[in-house]
Amino acid sequence: MSEPTAVSQPAQEFEKVLSDSSRQLASFDTDDKTAIQKLQHFLHSHPAGVPLIVLLLSIIIFGSILGTKFFSAFSLTLILQQVAITGIVGAAQTLVILTAGIDLSVGAIMVLSSVVMGQFVFRLGMPVEIAILCGFGVGALCGFVNGWLVARMKLPPFIVTLGMWQIVLASNFLYSANETIRAQDISTTAPLLQIFGANIRIGNAVFTYGVIAMVLLSIGLWYVLNKTAWGRHVYAVGDDPDAAELAGVNVKKMLMSVYVLSGLICALAGWALIGRIGSVSPTAGQFANIESITAVVIGGISLFGGRGSIMGMLFGALIVGVFQLGLRLIGTDPQWTYLLIGVLIIAAVAIDQWIRKVAG
Amino acid sequence: MKKTLLSATFGALSLGVAFVAPAQAADVSACLITKTDTNPFFVKMKEGATAKAQELGVTLKSYAGKIDGDSESQVAAIETCIADGAKGILIAASDTKGIVPQVQKAREAGLLVIALDTPLEPADAADATFATDNLLAGKLIGQWAAATLGDKTKDAKVAFLDLTPSQPTVDVLRDQGFMIGFGIDPKDPNKIGDEDDPRIVGHDITNGNEEGGRTAMENLLQKDPTINVVHTINEPAAAGAYEALKAVGREKDVLIVSVDGGCPGVKNVADGIIGATSQQYPLLMAALGVEAIKKFADSGEKPKPTEGKDFFDTGVSLVTDKPVSGVESIDTKVGTDKCWG
Repeated sequence: MSEPTAVSQPAQEFEKVLSDSSRQLASFDTDDKTAIQKLQHFLHSHPAGVPLIVLLLSIIIFGSILGTKFFSAFSLTLILQQVAITGIVGAAQTLVILTAGIDLSVGAIMVLSSVVMGQFVFRLGMPVEIAILCGFGVGALCGFVNGWLVARMKLPPFIVTLGMWQIVLASNFLYSANETIRAQDISTTAPLLQIFGANIRIGNAVFTYGVIAMVLLSIGLWYVLNKTAWGRHVYAVGDDPDAAELAGVNVKKMLMSVYVLSGLICALAGWALIGRIGSVSPTAGQFANIESITAVVIGGISLFGGRGSIMGMLFGALIVGVFQLGLRLIGTDPQWTYLLIGVLIIAAVAIDQWIRKVAG
Repeated sequence: MKKTLLSATFGALSLGVAFVAPAQAADVSACLITKTDTNPFFVKMKEGATAKAQELGVTLKSYAGKIDGDSESQVAAIETCIADGAKGILIAASDTKGIVPQVQKAREAGLLVIALDTPLEPADAADATFATDNLLAGKLIGQWAAATLGDKTKDAKVAFLDLTPSQPTVDVLRDQGFMIGFGIDPKDPNKIGDEDDPRIVGHDITNGNEEGGRTAMENLLQKDPTINVVHTINEPAAAGAYEALKAVGREKDVLIVSVDGGCPGVKNVADGIIGATSQQYPLLMAALGVEAIKKFADSGEKPKPTEGKDFFDTGVSLVTDKPVSGVESIDTKVGTDKCWG
């Protein structure tokens, strides 16, 4: 009897307000984002975007100031040659940093490998192919020790590689007695050591084999990191090792393999270094560790692990190269280069932090 | 009870010290502090000092910075030497100004301090400086380059491959010395980069190694591809510059000059890669330094500088196989006998 009136006149006093309430059904938020948010999203899904934009901008700016002196096939490929070593070492550094580690020993491993390749030929009289393999063996061994200490002994990567940096560098100086092997001796006895210095010319563009190695290595690692299980596991371990473990990833094995691969890539860099400077010099590559970390950071790869693209590292290395050559051609004091690179590093990390805050 | 035991121990200890001290004073001990343990230049320096010390019966202790520019390790080394009761210190300072207060402390403690290779700032902060005349080293290669080019000197295009951005004294002296020898007005001879001679293509830094030498040469060639004279701070930088020139096929028509006289460098002169290099003598520097400390310990006599200079000149010779008239030089055979590293 009271049923028809129930809607207009609630039975209970407190239900009176019901008639004023919203009658809309639950719905999703519409995707109206501001331009800034869209940018933030774009960068979140394309981590190499920022460095690529900065790289193109800096080439345009230096090109417009310096004209053809800078903006020519020869100069632009020269920059590639100048960053080849940093780029290859940077690839090794990228792998380690993606697992939320850091490798301070990369430069030392590179130099020791190159010294082993050279001295095994000149001191022990080994065939050059075997000596090169030994160099790679030394690189892998150093990486294995790093990996074992990080994965099995659970020591922090910073400390492990800080120690290994000193140990490897000291071994390098002790073994080599700081003797440089001259370029001319190498080219008569073991020209294979200098192979990465050979080049292909297309018009005025010069591509050394070292440059080609850097590009192929980066593309290869990009494929492996994005399209293979191993590569995805690298990201997973860096993002959250516990979650990765629970999901069935063998974290210890992953870390070991990453450090060993990093050591092997450093040995490749050592070989490429001989091509670049012609000689085997135990004092070369003193700052390769810092330069590679700089490339990685400017390349937008997160030092907290699990995020970033190896292509970003390549762009990061090139940005540094563009600034170095551009500023030298303008004729500024070399200190300005370092100052600007410092600014770039801090800006890159600030942008990284901002991108991390992306919602949804 | 415990207290007496302690004081007895201390008593015994101090007695021990009292017995040991005269024994230590009898033989002279000296310290050698170098920039690094790795640079062949300092390796040779250490060899020279060690050999001389053995010969004279001096106890030598060697210290070094971890890398070039590591002044903290050198400060600690001086403190150790003072505490150790050494008679004298031979030091190749990384930070020529910053180390001065520590050097002062050592001198106040009665030690003889000799600056090796690198003068302190001010130079008289040390009792003596045993070094290469780097300005002369630069002048010699400048004169040689000018004489070799002959008439073409006035249209030369010169690249300067220097050491580091901070312009350490040896860098400035060699760079400006080359200009004086070559006939370029150096303006302020204490500063690189204030010159306006159009023959200067530019200055770039190499960190004194092959890699830096190559990159710097590439950069300057980009600025002006007609460069035909290259001044390099040392021979590794020169070897790097040669690689860069080879890459653009210009290694035959560019004159490279350098300073150091290390064995690979002299070999490069013999092979025609470097035109001429000014050779310096680190072994002699260190050996003379040890002798001076021994003399000071025996007689209290301090070493005197070379006449007309504010330091003891340990000599420099131009090494080249293409001698020119008016510039004294030695050939690479003699250079090889005297080379280091």
